Amino acid sequence: MFYLQVLVNGIVLGGLYACIAVGFSLVWGVLNVINILHGTFIVIGSYVAFFAYVHLGIHPFLSIPIAAAILFLLAYAIQRGLINRVIAAPVLTTLTLTFGLDLFLNNLLILAFKADYRKVILDPPLGVLTLGGITIPIDRLSAMGLALLLTGLLFWVLDASRVGRAIVAVRMDREAAALMGVKVNKIYALTFAIGAVMAGAAGSLISLIYPISPLNNVMFLGKAFIICVLGGLGSVPGAMLGGLTLGVLESFGALVFGSEHAVTLAFIVLILFLLFRPTGIIGKRGYE
Amino acid sequence: MKRTLWVILLIALAAFPWIGNNYALRLVTIMMLYCVLALSWNFIGGLTGYPSFATAAFFGLGAYTGAICQGQGVPMVVAWVIGSLLAAVFATGLGLAILRLRGHYFAIASLVVADVLREIVNSATPLTGGGMGFNLPILKLGVDAQAKLFYYLMLGLALLTIAVALFVNRHRLGFGLRCIKQNEDAANMIGINATVYKTIAFTLSAVFVGGAGAFYASWVNYIEPGDVFDVLFSVKPIVMVLLGQAGTVAGPIIGAVVFLLMEELVWRNFLTFHAGVLGLIVVGLIFFLPDGLLALPARRFRLWRGKP
Repeated sequence: MFYLQVLVNGIVLGGLYACIAVGFSLVWGVLNVINILHGTFIVIGSYVAFFAYVHLGIHPFLSIPIAAAILFLLAYAIQRGLINRVIAAPVLTTLTLTFGLDLFLNNLLILAFKADYRKVILDPPLGVLTLGGITIPIDRLSAMGLALLLTGLLFWVLDASRVGRAIVAVRMDREAAALMGVKVNKIYALTFAIGAVMAGAAGSLISLIYPISPLNNVMFLGKAFIICVLGGLGSVPGAMLGGLTLGVLESFGALVFGSEHAVTLAFIVLILFLLFRPTGIIGKRGYE
Repeated sequence: MKRTLWVILLIALAAFPWIGNNYALRLVTIMMLYCVLALSWNFIGGLTGYPSFATAAFFGLGAYTGAICQGQGVPMVVAWVIGSLLAAVFATGLGLAILRLRGHYFAIASLVVADVLREIVNSATPLTGGGMGFNLPILKLGVDAQAKLFYYLMLGLALLTIAVALFVNRHRLGFGLRCIKQNEDAANMIGINATVYKTIAFTLSAVFVGGAGAFYASWVNYIEPGDVFDVLFSVKPIVMVLLGQAGTVAGPIIGAVVFLLMEELVWRNFLTFHAGVLGLIVVGLIFFLPDGLLALPARRFRLWRGKP
């Protein structure tokens, strides 16, 4: 029973991790850009949820569209105005560019909101659900449900909509997609913006669970990296599987080795995966 | 003519502790440290084209190894050498494992190494002091003498790094590394053992950084994991090299000097926003100086000749 509880904790955490990573994975897969800004985008989403709740009384679940809209515009502008200009440059260039932008944006956040930790505390609290001896906080459970729902929605958009098919086409073969009349630059900007939207949504959901601070960006970014490598790059099911794997791994790792070694354990698994199975658990490329 | 200039520069640097005040001395010591970091990264990042973010890992490893050795009563000089060598050995092993990865995957694998080491140091409290940090034995030297000592040490290390960089640049090793940067498969084809070459480059990018870390620990007397494994130690050398010019010897040096001056100005004038301004500089660098400062004269010359 105890192990089942640990497993459930891991899965609940994993659902949120999937939502953290899916946008990052999409941008990496389609644009071939490692978006260092992703962690800061998540933090912005959390702040939108925090201020919407504290000042306007909007429940964090309902402020997701607001966070999504803000991040969509911000990311679209950043991609169109800056990243697109160096999109064909070597890895180091785009990496350094997003790193510089992240330093700037994150410092702005620290200036605006201070580095204090804040948290959305719901009033009244949602309570806990006890199911056959297993306890689950309802806020976490519903956040996980929404996270998986949003991730599923993204999968559906990519799978069924015209824009989604164009994104997948660019991911598979940029030149061929361009020849078919897909406006590649537009798709790049759109993909980057969608990635930021997922980050914003994840940030809103996380505001219920994690403390909010601009300094959390590195932690989120690290998790997104690991999940991408675990699950396989650039696919929605991969991110989901990677997220769940990391969640379960972290809960059991904390149990066995102590929670102070959870990060080390995750990184060791990351290195092992990079070395022996760089395509991830699923081992398939793309969105097919 | 050129040689005379170099000699004058060297004499000026050697005499500097007796001319400049302690603030200037500290600044130039950090400048030497930055030269070491930038030139070291240039071996793997500039010459070989592998975007390594492991500099912080080597720096921290050297700092902690040197500090712990000194704490155990090992003589200071021996502790520095051990710190430097351990970083090099670590880089060789790590390189054999992760240099098989390319592009983003290599970047990430090298990026997380510092995080893993930091976590390990953080949790190995009995040996390292954990998050409380590590106090080194205090030197029985006056403040001024200490400042001069570490100035000369950093200067010596920087000169050694420059000498090795010049040697590699002219040696077939440098040629092989440039081949790997252009096309690794083709380099393998013409008989360059890419694995060995890359591993040597990665080791070279660690050995002096480890030594600099050990110096740093003795210099500041107190280190803590978040300080010496700071990701900025990985990022700053990259910015310096890009600022100067990647793949050359003069580029990283000029980049380090200019970067330090900019950093100092930014620190002074934007205390709460220095990271943000640094970010803006990085962004500006990528758009307006993509080939570095050293490419500027050539660029202007081309414009003047009316060619694009």
